[in-house]
Amino acid sequence: MYVAAKGGEAAIDNAHRLLAEIRRGDPVVPELSVAQIREQMSLLVDRVMTEGSLHDPDLAALALKQARGDVVEAVFLVRAYRTTLPHFGASEPVDTGAMTVSRRVSATFKDLPGGQVLGPTFDYTHRLVDFALTEGSIPEPAEEAEPGPDAGHCPRVTDILGQAGLLEPSPPEAGAPVGDLTREPVDYPADRAVRLQALARGDEGFVLALGYSTQRGYGRTHPFVGEIRFGTVALEFVPEELGFPVPLGEVPLTECQMLNQFRGSGEVPPQFTRGYGLVFGQGERKAMAMALVDRSLRAAELGEAVGAPAQDQEFVLAHCDSLQATGFVEHLKLPHYVDFQAELELVRRLRAEHEAAHAEPGEPLREAAE
Amino acid sequence: MSAPLLQVQGLTKRYGPRLACDGVGFALHPGEVLAVVGESGSGKSTLLGLIAGEVAADAGSVTYRMRDGVPRDLAALGPAERRALMRTDWGFVRQDAAQGLRMAVSAGGNVGERLMGIGERHYGRIRATALDWLARVEIAADRVDDPPTRFSGGMRQRLQIARNLVTGPRLVLMDEPTSGLDVSVQARLLDTIRGLVAELGLAVIIVTHDLAVARLLSHRILVMRGGRVIETGLTDQVLDDPQAPYTQLLVASVLAA
Amino acid sequence: MSAPLPEQGYNFAYLDEGTKRMIRRAILKAIAIPGYQVPFASREMPMPYGWGTGGVQVTAAVLGRSDVLKVIDQGADDTTNAVSIRRFFGRTAGVATTTRTTEATVIQTRHRIPETPLREGQILVYQVPIPEPLRFLEPRETETRQLHALAEYGLIHVKLYEDIARHGHIATTYAYPVEVAGRYVMDPSPTPKFDNPKMDDCPALQLFGAGREKRIYAVPPYTRVRSLDFEDHPFRVQRFDRPCALCGAEGVYLDEVVLDDRGGRMFVCSDTDHCEGRRAEGFTGEQAA
Repeated sequence: MYVAAKGGEAAIDNAHRLLAEIRRGDPVVPELSVAQIREQMSLLVDRVMTEGSLHDPDLAALALKQARGDVVEAVFLVRAYRTTLPHFGASEPVDTGAMTVSRRVSATFKDLPGGQVLGPTFDYTHRLVDFALTEGSIPEPAEEAEPGPDAGHCPRVTDILGQAGLLEPSPPEAGAPVGDLTREPVDYPADRAVRLQALARGDEGFVLALGYSTQRGYGRTHPFVGEIRFGTVALEFVPEELGFPVPLGEVPLTECQMLNQFRGSGEVPPQFTRGYGLVFGQGERKAMAMALVDRSLRAAELGEAVGAPAQDQEFVLAHCDSLQATGFVEHLKLPHYVDFQAELELVRRLRAEHEAAHAEPGEPLREAAE
Repeated sequence: MSAPLLQVQGLTKRYGPRLACDGVGFALHPGEVLAVVGESGSGKSTLLGLIAGEVAADAGSVTYRMRDGVPRDLAALGPAERRALMRTDWGFVRQDAAQGLRMAVSAGGNVGERLMGIGERHYGRIRATALDWLARVEIAADRVDDPPTRFSGGMRQRLQIARNLVTGPRLVLMDEPTSGLDVSVQARLLDTIRGLVAELGLAVIIVTHDLAVARLLSHRILVMRGGRVIETGLTDQVLDDPQAPYTQLLVASVLAA
Repeated sequence: MSAPLPEQGYNFAYLDEGTKRMIRRAILKAIAIPGYQVPFASREMPMPYGWGTGGVQVTAAVLGRSDVLKVIDQGADDTTNAVSIRRFFGRTAGVATTTRTTEATVIQTRHRIPETPLREGQILVYQVPIPEPLRFLEPRETETRQLHALAEYGLIHVKLYEDIARHGHIATTYAYPVEVAGRYVMDPSPTPKFDNPKMDDCPALQLFGAGREKRIYAVPPYTRVRSLDFEDHPFRVQRFDRPCALCGAEGVYLDEVVLDDRGGRMFVCSDTDHCEGRRAEGFTGEQAA
């Protein structure tokens, strides 16, 4: 006797309850607070905000808690929440040149106005597991350097080079509104602003691997880190009814300006071109990888040969989003009975035809052989 | 003499400071085979790309006499007309067969694609035509369902030719169709091409660095260097009595080789 | 049928009205150009891409308070994803839901078209993973758009040619390409080709939503939908050589159910509502309870 499987609703409810239980873990262990995640897993929170396209550290921390620490799942929660938020407009462009920097390094100049500021970085730590952290400790306060004579003035390397014409200028303000790929479908070829948005939202692992591939010869860009800076910038918004900018607060950002060799063309003399990366919070790896891929995606615009994956905008933009990727990969676990049934029937038929075609005349029947 | 099939005037293409093609012009008559020769970097492949409309010209025009007898400036054709022309009345045999064939599709499918593209919807007829064309380029009928990945270099070029000729084009562009092949394979392929060109009365523009290929196939020759045409004339005349010093060197080096 | 209260803090049917208007504009355009894939600004939805975000957005945009919603996955109302989507609209829109095809005004589906013929006034919303029928022949969007614009469909016939050359017949069993209103070639979503004939001249409006790929397309009521084929290899649907074991229905699509690990199998209606309806009317199959 056969009874069709039923009870999907009850099963889903119970699965959700079980998930909540597992998320909490052993109840003897104190529960994590959102503030703890926000303060002590800050780089993870920054990544979720960047790929979630929403600056809200508490929400990102909560999403991480709800997602049991799964980054892609947390990004998903943030994005789905973001969809329901009303859209008031776009802020004024932030001025990273006026950033209050916590860290600023250039690989192209030994010293420069504003100086090299090491700031909070893993770069020169030895990656030795610090067992003292098991118990928890209060770190020694870091000493601050005496502010130099040019403190507070930290011009971007790109502005310094740009004055001499050695570096391509920033593209002129077009006046047209910047595209928003969360509100308009991507139309290929996508302009640079939309590409940068896609890369900023893109999965860090994917963008990193693509950036790396350009260094290994799949679309070389001859990059130099002109500058990486991390700090806070003021955010301003012009309400229509006021007509002048009002400050909304400050946002921490990491910006990477890559300088790339360019041999020039018939019209343009040889100069350095730029790749650009910008992310929420402290995210140097992502900002650098983004800058590499941004520059490689400009190959066609600069008259360079296009062939490598990182130079192909349809390839990069269509595959860099972790939510799109994870959704489609994971949808394979949804039922496919109907399609599979169709294929099953076809394979059976093809096998029957194959058998019929290969049955040697005169061969004894199977029944007879058995 | 008949009206020209193709009229090329002042074709110019710049890549940065370099002139890849500098004011190239010529006329091609129905049934005529023109060889474009020169060293690599001379601009001959760029010229072919410009004529096919795959490379955008900075200056100059390409005029083609359509099947209705009316000459049309190809730059003025809409994309639909241009693509229809390319897959019916023109052919393009590439140096790299992988660019001219669908490597994952069977030989029969490769030949049949153009037919299906112009609306043929009868499997049996498509297959019969494909088999007929495979025979004409000397590919055995039992290879009709094999993909070109299982073909030798010479067979791939034969398949490209069949794929291009199935719609009865009047003009075929060929970019180094025999380079990279063994000498004996080359000879057989050239023989096939020569036979088909004569039988079908095709007009051909063949780009080659090999003067022997030019001598065997072409009526006229056009010598390019640094993006410019430096000598042109009847093939035998140019090869036996080259005027330009550069052509003399080219011919001499072939004789020396 | 149930009509629970909608979820607090969210607009009717989850999306804000501005977004719904944007989607409805895309739908109107899609209806005006049958089979043409209209780009739309697909939103991030609270379910994963590939799990019906396109269908959900289309449903959200067309749903009104008086609609009665049915959601099926693989033909069944009780598969987990169908349950999940039906609940989503129960919570965010508070509309009545049903499992009866005849009672529904909007039916969202994944992979099947109901066996019960649809009628005028109904909307069938398909969830679409890959809307581009040429995608696996030509990966580039810029190129496929060109091919559609010029109605260059030779390539898709090459695929069918290859099937016949290799297998003796067309071996595409689902997502079988169709030509809509004599113009655009369209992917009917991964429904088995068994369902293709139901799309032709259908009295209901058929809408297709692909969230991840950000495309909407449509087949207006009473539109010609022709499955691509060759004159000498005409389109044919798969046939099952037995009736449903539960309701005895013939000429319907069947699921194969594995009964044991000794080769025991039975075949039952994939459309659970159709099967239940028939059994309620007294029809029985050989293994009915």
